[in-house]
Amino acid sequence: MKKIIIIGGGIAGMQAAVKLSSLGYIVDLIEKEDDLGGQVKKWKKIFPYLDESSKIIEHITTNLKKSNVNIHTNSSISFVEKKSNTFRLISNKNKHYEADAIVVATGFDVFDAHKKEEYGYGIFPNVITNEDLEKLFHSNFAEWEEKKPEKIGFIHCVGSRDAKAGNIYCSKVCCVTAVKQAIELKQHFPNADVYCFYMDLRMYGKHFEELYKEAQERYNINFVRARLSEVNETIAQKLLIKVEDTLTSKPMKLTLDCIVLMAGMVPSKGTQAIEKLLKLNIDENKFLAVKQPVLSENESNQEGVFIVGTATGPKTITDTLNDASACALAIHEYLNK
Amino acid sequence: MKLEGLKKIWKEYQKEIADNNYFYVRSCVRQNFFPGSETTFLRIMKEELGKNIYENPCHTTCTAIGYHGDIIPLDTVMTVVARQFALMTESGYENLVPSCITSFGLYTEVLDTWHHFPEIEEKIRKYLKKATGREFEKPKNLAHASDIIYKFCKEIAAKAKYKLINTNTGEPIKVVDHIGCHYSKMFPSKGIGGAEYPYVLQGMIEAWGGEIIDYPERRHCCGFGFRQFIVQANRGYSVSCSKKKFDSMEQYKPDMIITNCPGCPMFLDKLQYAISEMEGKVYGENGHGIPVFTYEEVAGLVLGYDPWDIGLQVHQVACEPLLDKIGIPYDLSKKYLDVNGGCLGKPEKANVLKTY
Repeated sequence: MKKIIIIGGGIAGMQAAVKLSSLGYIVDLIEKEDDLGGQVKKWKKIFPYLDESSKIIEHITTNLKKSNVNIHTNSSISFVEKKSNTFRLISNKNKHYEADAIVVATGFDVFDAHKKEEYGYGIFPNVITNEDLEKLFHSNFAEWEEKKPEKIGFIHCVGSRDAKAGNIYCSKVCCVTAVKQAIELKQHFPNADVYCFYMDLRMYGKHFEELYKEAQERYNINFVRARLSEVNETIAQKLLIKVEDTLTSKPMKLTLDCIVLMAGMVPSKGTQAIEKLLKLNIDENKFLAVKQPVLSENESNQEGVFIVGTATGPKTITDTLNDASACALAIHEYLNK
Repeated sequence: MKLEGLKKIWKEYQKEIADNNYFYVRSCVRQNFFPGSETTFLRIMKEELGKNIYENPCHTTCTAIGYHGDIIPLDTVMTVVARQFALMTESGYENLVPSCITSFGLYTEVLDTWHHFPEIEEKIRKYLKKATGREFEKPKNLAHASDIIYKFCKEIAAKAKYKLINTNTGEPIKVVDHIGCHYSKMFPSKGIGGAEYPYVLQGMIEAWGGEIIDYPERRHCCGFGFRQFIVQANRGYSVSCSKKKFDSMEQYKPDMIITNCPGCPMFLDKLQYAISEMEGKVYGENGHGIPVFTYEEVAGLVLGYDPWDIGLQVHQVACEPLLDKIGIPYDLSKKYLDVNGGCLGKPEKANVLKTY
């Protein structure tokens, strides 16, 4: 029976494992952390229907438990070689694996917002990221104690579509994530004024536009087409932000209690490491390159190595799960040709 | 502000600064605005730090003031810069130290341009040779004079007679630092501390006992902005820029402002007078403005130099309130005397701004 190694236990790797196992392959799933779920488990609710992310992970985990997938947590691959059509891999725990195909599902990291120095992340305590806000949602704002913000701003496109930050691509999910998080903040702090400072609003997915409409009409969230230039702290430790309203071409200054930086997606450290280990090509945005970008999303430049999920570029959860299913089918075709 | 966050950034933005043997190039305007500053810098370098520093009398303007005023073509600018490099080469030096922030920015920009476009460097070499017969080597090390004082700020602190401590309260002197725009905003990696949270002046102030205060308009231009002031019709914009900064810093009650650019101390000093005449508004204590200093003047003060020897009498805003706080003695009867004891002439009293 043919063997497949999947590197990365986020939802892409988990879904690919379920599908490949159901096709009758022996599957080993390698995850560097102590549990599965990757980035998705960090988010409390997911767009566009504000479902609990734990339910999504639970659903895939249930399918995974029913399958015969061998799960190896706290593991990473440190050595790979290919002899004829078989890969030999060694993990950090010195465990040896053999595989007829490899799936790379090493995902993304959130852009390091410290790099946008002018936005003051890591300098001003009330500048947080989308990832930090999810931690607050998880704890029901326990860290904020008595803090009741009256004015909150979301800054879109932090580290995305930003040549200065070295990333000219769109991270695809941040616009709708900001709308989702703005709604959740309004649910928690109904009296707060919430502003979204956006470059464009890219509401391309099913129910995204409806969520955006709901944010405006039901939650009175203010959407301002503007770009942030700098953040400073006032003597009262509020944030004085300077933006340019790009519709009226006028500079504006606002005093806010808190800003949330919508940090985009960048190739994960795991993705960068596996790129070197497997000698994979990267694209112009430093994500892993697929062999034929239009016809196939999953084949890499190395025969027998397939790539899935956000290792190839920003994707929604829905697109990632579909990509994983497609990848399983592509491997099935490859192993049976 | 989170200190650990700042330290992380400061650690990232450090640069190599030569230890000795400097070719010093003066600013066009500082010798008129604050004539004691460059003299004080040379005195500190030679007498306190024992460094070899040389000036070439053939040095001219670098043309940056015209470049940023949009009146000189870039090829001309680069050829003049090449001539300055030739003077340095002919004098046997490799470490260039401009007094002017805008010169520093321009030299950095020209070197970076030549790095990316070597064919432009070749063209400029030909222009210079044709025009003057000169040839040049590029500087091995380029540092602004404030970088040099930053590098040796601990040595200066060790020799200091005074600390930046308010002797009335025992608290550190509260200082607003204003970094010239052309220091690191164009090339953050060339400035100590980078562009957003520069450390070059803060490092000095901390070493000498003072405390920097942050305020919302810290990054804003002093008001000079070249075209804002050089084009007469834009001067209202210049004053409004300065006013924006003063309005922002006022609530923190700073004891003084420190600057590292030729234009900034001029505008932050003189425009306090202009605003007081225009609007009756004064930003300092007891009807005085907020005293404004160059970093060389502050270094000279902590080293115990006579305030009038380092040129503090030409400041529009009275510096005496700060001298009193630190406990630096001064003789008002000698304030307007030249080196030979003759009278320099006294300024007229302002209508609003209180002076000594």
